[in-house]
Amino acid sequence: MYLIPCPHCGPRAQAEFTYERTTDSVVDPAGPVGTAMGTLFTRANPMGMDDEIWRHTYGCRAWLVLTRDRLTHAIAAVRTIGPEALP
Amino acid sequence: MNRYSAFGLIRGAIGGHKHWQPAWRDAEPRASYDVIVIGGGGHGLATAYYLAKVHGLRNVAVLEKGWIGGGNVGRNTTLVRSNYRLKPLHDFFEFGLKLWEHLSDELNYNVMFSPRGSLVLGHSDADMTVLAQRGDAMACDGIDAELLTRDQVAKIEPLLDMSRDARFPIEGALIQRRGGTARHDAVAWGYARAADALGVDIIQKCEVTGFVRDGDRVTGVETTRGRIGAGRVGICVAGHSGHVADMAGLRLPIESQTLQALVTEGVKPMVRSVVQSHSIHCYISQSDKGGIVMGGDPDNWPSYARRGQPTIVEGAIAQAIALMPALSRLRMLRTWSGVTDMSFDGSPIIGTTPIANLFLNGGWCYGGFKATPASGFTYAHTLATGTPHPLAMPFALDRFARGATIDESGAGPLPNHR
Repeated sequence: MYLIPCPHCGPRAQAEFTYERTTDSVVDPAGPVGTAMGTLFTRANPMGMDDEIWRHTYGCRAWLVLTRDRLTHAIAAVRTIGPEALP
Repeated sequence: MNRYSAFGLIRGAIGGHKHWQPAWRDAEPRASYDVIVIGGGGHGLATAYYLAKVHGLRNVAVLEKGWIGGGNVGRNTTLVRSNYRLKPLHDFFEFGLKLWEHLSDELNYNVMFSPRGSLVLGHSDADMTVLAQRGDAMACDGIDAELLTRDQVAKIEPLLDMSRDARFPIEGALIQRRGGTARHDAVAWGYARAADALGVDIIQKCEVTGFVRDGDRVTGVETTRGRIGAGRVGICVAGHSGHVADMAGLRLPIESQTLQALVTEGVKPMVRSVVQSHSIHCYISQSDKGGIVMGGDPDNWPSYARRGQPTIVEGAIAQAIALMPALSRLRMLRTWSGVTDMSFDGSPIIGTTPIANLFLNGGWCYGGFKATPASGFTYAHTLATGTPHPLAMPFALDRFARGATIDESGAGPLPNHR
């Protein structure tokens, strides 16, 4: 288990958090239908850094964006979610 | 290839066991091959074997970045079954189970296939209804499935906690008696040896680092041992499909997660069948050496680290002990994990890609081992003919775009919510 530095609660055990999906797989409701399926189902799935949406489910329940390395589990950045945090 | 036999064993015993040969050659890569299979796991080796055996292709190479048996084929819990509810799935896995039943003879290698019964427990009326539905769906296609009462379950597995105040009360079970286990390393080695005997080059420590393109066609691969030309290239690297396909510019409906398992010290026979529960998520079987093999949930977030986290193992153990309290007396020997390709409907992807001469086999989630023979057989058909095998057609890559997903667990595009 590793620690995730929650912007509200400080470093907390990763078991308190739930992974949701990557930021690039959030479907734009105003976007064309044709691209929605691709956005919903495909992933870059890199063996390295990716931007992921997590939730501090058993803490402050905030939605967060983690820039996390999938090989080493190193976390480069944690941001609270909002329109400015999504691409 | 020297055929293995009882006579050979006796001859070896008399002659000081000096006649044994390596099971496969340490091949040097040639300049080009008709077919290159990327990935020397169970599926890749099986694919190469059936390419040579069924389709007569001998100019075939399997490229493995590590060593044979070092990937997921050596990291699973060795379960073999075909008890799925959706028709494309149970047809595919049943075809595989029939291959399993004759695999040791076919490969002249004892894969220790042991049809000891695959038991799926039901803990409530709702569970039993779902299990009955699944059993009916299987029976309608001629696959053995039998619904068991509490008493019948207790006779098969006397150590289960059958009391009414059990943490997970047992109402009954669905059993597939032809399901069971096989020796996973033997499967890899058996396929490797049989493929090698048919002329397939198995090239270890040869990592693919890129694809050679001619316009929109793939014509070969770049590797750590140089460029190798190929008529057709098959990706078969479950766990790592994402970044291998990415080298060809393909984005896949796959997310890689870690799946863990554990084994206890060896004890006398105490678990006779393969005990599974799908409503909690736990599976228990006893290896031929006596260790109790257990597994549970994936880690539920993307990871390529081949180590899991202890809380998940703890959860699996807690469930196993609740089902079978005697397990609490055993010491854990080791845990391990593998990287699984979680596809977004829980079903595999086998077939063509939008890039000519490039084919894909992946997305096995946590069900790859039992599929090894069927996966190899159908993928070999695809690689040899350029068109999908009828059994694999439902598992085409474009099914997500077509809205034709095969979603056994009904979880949709969120593998972590499964």
